[in-house]
Amino acid sequence: MTPAVALRGLTRRFGDVTAVSDVTLAVERGELFGIVGPDGAGKTTTLRKLAGVLGPREGDAQVLGVSVARDPERVKPHVAYMSQRFGLYEDLTVGENIEFYADLYRVPRAERPARLERLYRFSSLGPFQSRLAGNLSGGMKQKLSLSCALIHHPEVLLLDEPTFGVDPISRRDLWLILHEMVAEGVTVVVTTSYLDEAERCDRVALLDHGRVLALDSPARLQERLPGRLLAVRTNDPRRARELLKKLEGVRRAELFGDTVHLRFEQAAADETRVRSALTAAGIEVLAIEPLEPSLEDVFMELVAGAGNGANEELPDAETSREG
Amino acid sequence: MRLGAVARKEWIQLRRDVRSMILAFVLPMFLLLFFGYAIRWDIRDIPLAVLDQDGSPQSRELVEAFEASGYFSVKERPGAAREVADLLARGTVRAALIIPPGFAVDLAAAAGSGGEAGGAAGTDRSAPVQLLLDGSDANTATISLGYADAIVARYSSRVLLQGREVVLPVRAEPRVWYNPTLESANMIVPALVAVIMSIIAAMLTALTISREWERGTMEQLASTPVHRLEVVLGKLIPYLGIGAVDVSIAVAAGILVFGVPFRGSVLLLGALTLLFLIGALGVGMFISATLKSQVLATQAAIVATYLPALLLSGFLFDIASMPVVLRGITYIVPARYYVAVTRGIFLKGVGADVLWVQGLFMALFAAVGLGLATRMFRKEIG
Repeated sequence: MTPAVALRGLTRRFGDVTAVSDVTLAVERGELFGIVGPDGAGKTTTLRKLAGVLGPREGDAQVLGVSVARDPERVKPHVAYMSQRFGLYEDLTVGENIEFYADLYRVPRAERPARLERLYRFSSLGPFQSRLAGNLSGGMKQKLSLSCALIHHPEVLLLDEPTFGVDPISRRDLWLILHEMVAEGVTVVVTTSYLDEAERCDRVALLDHGRVLALDSPARLQERLPGRLLAVRTNDPRRARELLKKLEGVRRAELFGDTVHLRFEQAAADETRVRSALTAAGIEVLAIEPLEPSLEDVFMELVAGAGNGANEELPDAETSREG
Repeated sequence: MRLGAVARKEWIQLRRDVRSMILAFVLPMFLLLFFGYAIRWDIRDIPLAVLDQDGSPQSRELVEAFEASGYFSVKERPGAAREVADLLARGTVRAALIIPPGFAVDLAAAAGSGGEAGGAAGTDRSAPVQLLLDGSDANTATISLGYADAIVARYSSRVLLQGREVVLPVRAEPRVWYNPTLESANMIVPALVAVIMSIIAAMLTALTISREWERGTMEQLASTPVHRLEVVLGKLIPYLGIGAVDVSIAVAAGILVFGVPFRGSVLLLGALTLLFLIGALGVGMFISATLKSQVLATQAAIVATYLPALLLSGFLFDIASMPVVLRGITYIVPARYYVAVTRGIFLKGVGADVLWVQGLFMALFAAVGLGLATRMFRKEIG
């Protein structure tokens, strides 16, 4: 069976900026696939390309076995795309927006009541059917967008940062809907800059500066950093951090409450060296434990390893949102 | 079905947008009434200053002839020539009639010599009067001059003939067709409908595609399987309806408010109006798809339609007397054809046998306009 989504050597430049550079990946049918990366990594460009709303340039993108570059219109009936910016009509009501999209996708009239009933149940937008979309909260807007995207039972669902700026409750609702869709066999490709959300995906592609740094399941990605993280608890965390930062082989030392998180270079963490250094400085060591690396740790490591040593932090969310 | 969905959605949005509704219904009526009352070519009651230095029964008779014509109305009777200049400079009067002393004497002499010699070439005695005109408004001045000449000529012949009957060898029997009273409203109002609808139609559709790009709704729409032509035509339908309602109201106002006669076929006007509107709306749609910005598109729509419709449609200036380059340009101004249609149907009552040429050109224009709009509109970002 052909994969739901296949990218081969996809490249897209905007003037001098290369938004996406030689991205190759395949998403299996029924998979919940995450594209993760900081703002400006090329997530939106990749998704727009798959949705067939960005003109073709280099490389090929295939959705359900059809080339998006050559025949975007043949793909569109089977795909749903939810843009990052709210893309529905604010001067239309909730019900009018959904009906408009049902018309565009030619959903048979006879099937509509059942589908609407289900979507309203999912999204809890039922009581707001005659409210103008512009008067909805951010979370409700996203749920409305998702409802419009699901009205025609797409085979592939492309979501660009669906939970950006959404309250925690709506965020949970959205993910519940996504899991339900996946359970029904829908392929979901979702971009996010929240790494905790990425951990919910079957597989994740880590994107930075338009390149795929890693592609695997979250668990397997986390295994890439074995024993290289330590949590050190002392009676003087601030001084301990200053001291440990300068310790040989330590790449990063960060303060989390009264605990210092240490990340080491390629060599495995050296617990004894840490203990003796702290004791020598008169700091009492309360506990040293190996730390399970999060996806964020993996991402930091990979970004640093990709030769962007200066780019240790996630870029500021405000400065470089993708257009 | 998709076409209907786009049309329905567009109509709902229009209905809820006060600005669009004003643009669609209030502005055209305002323009019609404004231009309809403001533009007048028939000139009556031209304010006249009279300086009668003769004070004879003959001079009073001449002044009376001016007043009786209805074209002039004596506003001032200054005592000296100096005051006349002042009245003209202030614009209190547009023309001044100065009758010099000895007018009656000269008149008698001229009439006498003309009478006995039967218009002998040797006698060049005539009674001069001076007519001063405010040339800063050349149009009014020219027309005033024409009226004054006619009044003076009639007065002269009356004096010359002294009541005798004379049969002139050639006599023109003028009959003005279509607009016998030469009422300028009859000429202006039908053409005005064409000019106003050119502007309104382009301004309405100029917003429709650019708005979706600006608000971010186009990206979502572009991801659906809707066809480009369905978007363009679907968006056209509600505006076509609005345009048709506008024209209907304007035609009714022309007949009821301005008293313009309607002699032709309502059905033919309706059919040709739809053709014209599709073309005019297509222009705005093309601009909207090309510029993708509401402000730019509105400005471009005004520039592309306002001046051409006003100056190159035959509304204000006769196309046949334009320089050849301008005349060539008028062929791509859709208002040109529609002005001919409205004047033809309102005043002349002509039918499809005459107006099929205009219909053909407007159909061509509509097809090209919509074709270009669809071509320029891409379901793609960047």
